[in-house]
Amino acid sequence: MNLPRQRYEETFVLNLGPQHPATHGVLRIKVTMDGEYVIKAEPVLGYIHRMHEKIAEQGNFAQFMPYTARMDYLHALAFNHGYCLVVERAAGIEVPERAEYIRVITVELNRIASHLLWWAAFLLDLGGFTPLLYAFDDREQILDLLERTTGSRLTYCYFRFGGVCNDIDDEFISGTRTFIDRLRKRLPVMYHSLVTGNIILIKRIKDIGIISTEQCRRYGASGPVARGSGIDFDVRKHEPYSIYPELDFDIPVYNEGDSMARYMVRMDEIEQSLRIIEQALDKLPDGPIMAKVPKNLRPEAGTCYAAVETARGSLGHRLLCNGDRNPYRLKLRSPTFSNLSLFAEVAEGMMIADVLAFLGSLDLVIPEIDR
Amino acid sequence: MANPIVHALVYLIGLMTFAGLNAAYLVWCERKGAARIQRRTGPCEVGWAGLLQPLADGLKLMTKQLLVPDGVDAALFRLAPVLAMLPGMVALAVIPFSAHLQALDMELSALFIFAFASLAMLCVLLGGWASGNKFAIISSARAVSQNLAYEIPMLLTLITIALISGSLNLREIALDQQGGLFHWNLFRLEGWHILTMWIAFIIFFICSIAETNRAPFDLAEAESELVAGYMTEYSSMGYGLFMMAEYINIVVGACLTTILFLGGWGCPFDVAPGWWWFGLKMYALIFTIIWVRWTYPRTQIYRLLNLSWKVMIPFSLINLLITAGLVKFL
Repeated sequence: MNLPRQRYEETFVLNLGPQHPATHGVLRIKVTMDGEYVIKAEPVLGYIHRMHEKIAEQGNFAQFMPYTARMDYLHALAFNHGYCLVVERAAGIEVPERAEYIRVITVELNRIASHLLWWAAFLLDLGGFTPLLYAFDDREQILDLLERTTGSRLTYCYFRFGGVCNDIDDEFISGTRTFIDRLRKRLPVMYHSLVTGNIILIKRIKDIGIISTEQCRRYGASGPVARGSGIDFDVRKHEPYSIYPELDFDIPVYNEGDSMARYMVRMDEIEQSLRIIEQALDKLPDGPIMAKVPKNLRPEAGTCYAAVETARGSLGHRLLCNGDRNPYRLKLRSPTFSNLSLFAEVAEGMMIADVLAFLGSLDLVIPEIDR
Repeated sequence: MANPIVHALVYLIGLMTFAGLNAAYLVWCERKGAARIQRRTGPCEVGWAGLLQPLADGLKLMTKQLLVPDGVDAALFRLAPVLAMLPGMVALAVIPFSAHLQALDMELSALFIFAFASLAMLCVLLGGWASGNKFAIISSARAVSQNLAYEIPMLLTLITIALISGSLNLREIALDQQGGLFHWNLFRLEGWHILTMWIAFIIFFICSIAETNRAPFDLAEAESELVAGYMTEYSSMGYGLFMMAEYINIVVGACLTTILFLGGWGCPFDVAPGWWWFGLKMYALIFTIIWVRWTYPRTQIYRLLNLSWKVMIPFSLINLLITAGLVKFL
């Protein structure tokens, strides 16, 4: 978009956040504005920094497990999964097949819940209140299902090194199947007819906040943000882990790079996740849910890396062990940090309302950026 | 009523009660309506079905402290919400609710309402400016450009109606539409006005939503962008008065639409008194406004202005020309 004037004599700085309705959580954006045009946007971080990586070094391996859920609280199981994966690789633990299936089923359910919540919050950013309640209605079903199995509703600590801590029961399976049918029925009606096709919504997010493929690569964007800009990359497909290679699902990719593309990627991903869950439920084998794992893990000295796909992009854990009972160093590569980095460049020259719509389309979870 | 002072007093008290109760209970209706749309129950604790909720809300607002932040223009800051109530109240005085229920019959009453509606925008500007808050100032700048843009197509539509009815007196415009459904301006068979009036009606209705700062045109108080817009710094009844003003303006807008297009107190079937029909039409319009708010997301300010300057104004101009032609040649 063209800027109205070239000489900015009457600019002012507006602080969006850390307490602002559109910067969910505690993100602060220092915006330099000329009228309603944003000349410069500068995200300021650090309001919820809790030194998670340092905490990981303090206790033994298992003690860090609950903290993983406190980072991306919307897709907590993926963070569980990522940390388990890297420790299992370091310690050479084989996970029983049933546990792998349960992991995938719960992670995908959690992914749907995360996308539904993003959808609700995004519409709220755009000024539509009602979709929030509809999405929360569906999300509630997922939370009830996960609560049955994991014991908690938001910050799960369900995975263990070598498996999961609770087996799923018949009620969970039948409940999940009912939920799949329910969401499949509701997606075209409540989500696409009411909201996606709405002319105001289309005008608000189509061609707004265009991220080029080159920008995505430069900033290391991943997840729906990258897939909305034509980058066909999903860790589940391209660096497979767990049982994903055995399942049949597609990676939705859109080339437009605008907010609408990111919106559509997430909506399509909900459908793909439903497919994954359905297949995993059909194939679910019997057997143990935990491998035999020593009480005190002492992985051999060396480094190990594992990546998983969260709802927001690829999450990497690099673990450095020195043969002790605690990690020597644990480094996280969290997806939204990179996704937020490109915000400042893209937001330049946009109008404030569009900037906030664009910010919403990035699906930021601040505690995951500020660890 | 022979005595003009008694007449004035009765109507004054009546109108203020009407405006106050409407503002209070429209909030209740809005909350209940929104709750229905969103599959919730809405207020249900205070009184039967939450009917005493508006009183409780009012009481709460009144007992709160009116915080005047440092660095604001204290006099203007206090004055703005009071002034905001004024235009809607005054406009109600000239609205004919039925053939005999009107406080003041004026020759140019339609124009009178528009003059005061512009004043409402001034109060928003005043409040935003006096707050000395950046969000509030952006919001008032938006409110002004929005109101300017939407008053033009609204007035053009009013002229169209004036051409048909031959008057700017709301009472006469309404009287002109008596005699059944097909005499209402919206469905007027006489002179083939039915062909163009629905366009005028849509334009007018959209404009009245935009004029009253309601979603999807509530750019001035876009809470995801501007926190609460011009009301950001207001607390207590300062905020309460702004809210009341908003609802009174909605009532005025719906009254005006009813009179200009839906035949005022005219009834399609002769079954109930006129004021009853007036209320029915008015509240149906208000319900539509509430319904729209809880269904659609918000638009952007530049699209809003584009819609007015590039779509509404040309269409209302063309409509005016066609209507003038129909009046002249048929």
